[in-house]
Amino acid sequence: MTTTVRREESAPASPKARLAGLAQRQGALVILVVAVVAATFSFDTFGTAGNLSNIALQASFLAIVALGMTFVIMSGGIDLSVGSVFALGGVLAAWGSQHGTWAAILLPLGVCGLVGLVQGLVIARGGLPAFIVTLAGLLFARGLLLLISDEGSTTYKVPPDSAFRELAQGELFGIGYPVWLVLAAFALGGLVLHRTSYGATVLAVGGQEDAADLMGLPVLRTKVIAYTVSGLLAGMGGLLMASYTSSGVTVLGVGMELEVISAVVLGGTLLTGGAGTVLGTLVGVLLLQVIRNVINQVGSLNSNWQAVISGTILLLVVTVQRWLATVQRR
Amino acid sequence: MTATPAGTARPSPAGTAPVLETEGLSKSFGPVRALRAVDFALRPGEIHALVGENGAGKSTLIKLLTGVHRPDAGTIRFAGDEVAFYRPADAQRAGISTVYQEINLVPLLSVARNVFLGREPRTRLGLIDTAAMNRAAAELVGSLGVDVDVTADLGRLGLGVQQMVALARAMSVESRVVIMDEPTSSLESREVTTLFGVARTLRERGVGLVFVSHRLDELWELCDRVTVLRDGSHVHTGPMAGLDRVSLVATMLGREVTEVVREGATGFGDTHRQSGEPVLAVSGVDVRHRLRDVGLSVRPGEVVGLGGLLGSGRSETVKAVYGALPVRAGSVRVGGRVVRANSVRHALRAGIALLSEDRKAEGIVPDLSVRDNIALAVLPKFSRGGLVSERRIDALVDTFIDRLRIKAASPAQKVRELSGGNQQKVLMARWLCTEPKVFLLDEPTRGIDVGAKAEVQALIDDLAGHGLAVVLISSELDELVEGADRILVLHDGSVARELTGEHKTTRELLAALAGGAERTEQVDE
Repeated sequence: MTTTVRREESAPASPKARLAGLAQRQGALVILVVAVVAATFSFDTFGTAGNLSNIALQASFLAIVALGMTFVIMSGGIDLSVGSVFALGGVLAAWGSQHGTWAAILLPLGVCGLVGLVQGLVIARGGLPAFIVTLAGLLFARGLLLLISDEGSTTYKVPPDSAFRELAQGELFGIGYPVWLVLAAFALGGLVLHRTSYGATVLAVGGQEDAADLMGLPVLRTKVIAYTVSGLLAGMGGLLMASYTSSGVTVLGVGMELEVISAVVLGGTLLTGGAGTVLGTLVGVLLLQVIRNVINQVGSLNSNWQAVISGTILLLVVTVQRWLATVQRR
Repeated sequence: MTATPAGTARPSPAGTAPVLETEGLSKSFGPVRALRAVDFALRPGEIHALVGENGAGKSTLIKLLTGVHRPDAGTIRFAGDEVAFYRPADAQRAGISTVYQEINLVPLLSVARNVFLGREPRTRLGLIDTAAMNRAAAELVGSLGVDVDVTADLGRLGLGVQQMVALARAMSVESRVVIMDEPTSSLESREVTTLFGVARTLRERGVGLVFVSHRLDELWELCDRVTVLRDGSHVHTGPMAGLDRVSLVATMLGREVTEVVREGATGFGDTHRQSGEPVLAVSGVDVRHRLRDVGLSVRPGEVVGLGGLLGSGRSETVKAVYGALPVRAGSVRVGGRVVRANSVRHALRAGIALLSEDRKAEGIVPDLSVRDNIALAVLPKFSRGGLVSERRIDALVDTFIDRLRIKAASPAQKVRELSGGNQQKVLMARWLCTEPKVFLLDEPTRGIDVGAKAEVQALIDDLAGHGLAVVLISSELDELVEGADRILVLHDGSVARELTGEHKTTRELLAALAGGAERTEQVDE
């Protein structure tokens, strides 16, 4: 072929750009490490095995929902329904547990997956904005759960002898089952994102939807799967919570979608789609949980400070991310 | 690689059955008939040029062939079988690859990912084999003479390199048809050579190629046959060899070379009385990938025509003068004073107005009244502390409706209800309110009916008669020849010829449009 070889000047990134890229991707991790180290030295009770495994357990409910959201956001969408679907999953699980463990697991997964599937179909096939469709989903799921719980006045209890309780209350090597489940789910999620065509397509759809379509990629199917999985995982979070609290609490999950989105964005996933990692999301979730835990450690602080601090850090992180992105481009 | 020398394009294997064929293909977008019963046949082992001016239907044809749009009527046959492509994936699975004009890749993903998206090499477990993918991508991209880190994000690379990656993607599948829609527009000459090499290799393998380009030289260098579309219809298919430039351009523009032009086919009158120093003086204007060293000067009362084929840089020239395109070098002076580059605001303040090509997208507000549409431009001037003097606006609007002979029931009538010609006049009135010294007109009569056309042309005459300096872009040869006092012909982003006096004829203009900057053929038959 030709002998003329073109060396693209901008190809090897400068060390500065590389550092900026690393900081952009791992910024939340840096903050997390700093926060954990600072908290360990400041509070004797923070670094204990009991507290740490408690943080992990508390974070796991949010984490499982955030995993689904990560794929949705990476595909260029948003899922506002997860908070309501989470609560719906919990109520359905508690109700189902009266009919056996399998009912407690399959019923919420089936219904929540279906909610996600329908949302995905409307968004992908109907071409409607995800914001509106999932806002409708939020109202639908919340309404449905109020219907089946008599306006929220009936709280279904998981029977004391049910094996379903074991799902979130059991431990392996001193660490709760939900934590192991989350670790497995994230490992699988990472594999899907980086090593399967599906993952590549999600990023392509989020990065440049028209191009993905012209490249012949299955754009519609990719979106439908993302929303279905998001619904499924929100339902799973809910059922784990039901197992953990042994009941279907109807007031859970209000505003949870925003916390989940914060965690995903903190973890370095672009809100506009096309780039991100599942590990980053895990870090984002842990960061939010650590902040909450630290505020609880300072007994004198009003727990509402948690939201104030989380919001400030979120704003800080996205501002720095934007700045780092321009540094990289230079 | 056995590159066929330029100019001696191999005769395509006549008689072989077409690999891709259309019959009576039609497509409308709303009231616009983009494609009318087009027959087109691509043989295996040929490079088939597809040419035509703006709105000829090239893009529509390509979009139908690649499954982006569905035809309203007609059939597409691929390898002899009738096919229906519902989406791009269908066409690609069948074996049609496309390299699009705008680069259709994902900037946030790596080069290797972009090359293999949707058909990544797998390990035995069914997972993507990243190492193998990167190796294959590096080899493929390297074979195109591009040395990049294939793990780098595509968006960081230059446009030329991105285009080569798109080409690598098209080559990575065994396609029987490759469609290249203006692949060379963002390439440097060295890359163009590589691309041509690839195209010829594919031809050797029996692949059928469709090649779209505005650079006429490239057609003779590379292509075996050519199909010309005009106004959505098929007008010509034939071998490139033996075809001369003037007749190709004449076919594209819909003119017979021997046609005698009637005097006064337009609403333009005689030459204008121009006087004094140039009011607009443009020199050495350079826009990356678009314009090279463009110079132009217009005196008060003079109409300077800009001619050129699609992609020659006419619109870009006026946009650059207007400050709407990033200019790398060169200067624009109005009345001897330098206008700050890249600023529409400064251009306006200096007295430059631009009537853009696309009046629907860039000008008219259809649901506002005639009055409000005209007044938009002067609102800042006529308002004090945010309040607008209605009386002064009414007076001004009346003046212009009268002067431009705008046919509207009243100033309150919605612009949507006016004819195309009157809409255009409303837009012109809006600009004239700003009292410009220089008026840049980009295709002012496109898409309006014949009568209104003559009126707009007479209006341009009138404006020049009142001492306005006018730059007129038109794809219609008559309009340029009769309307302009001088014609500058652009080629590939630079001024190739200037036609004045007795050389300002349709025939010479046609020849100038056809001839490259380097060789301007004589057509004194």
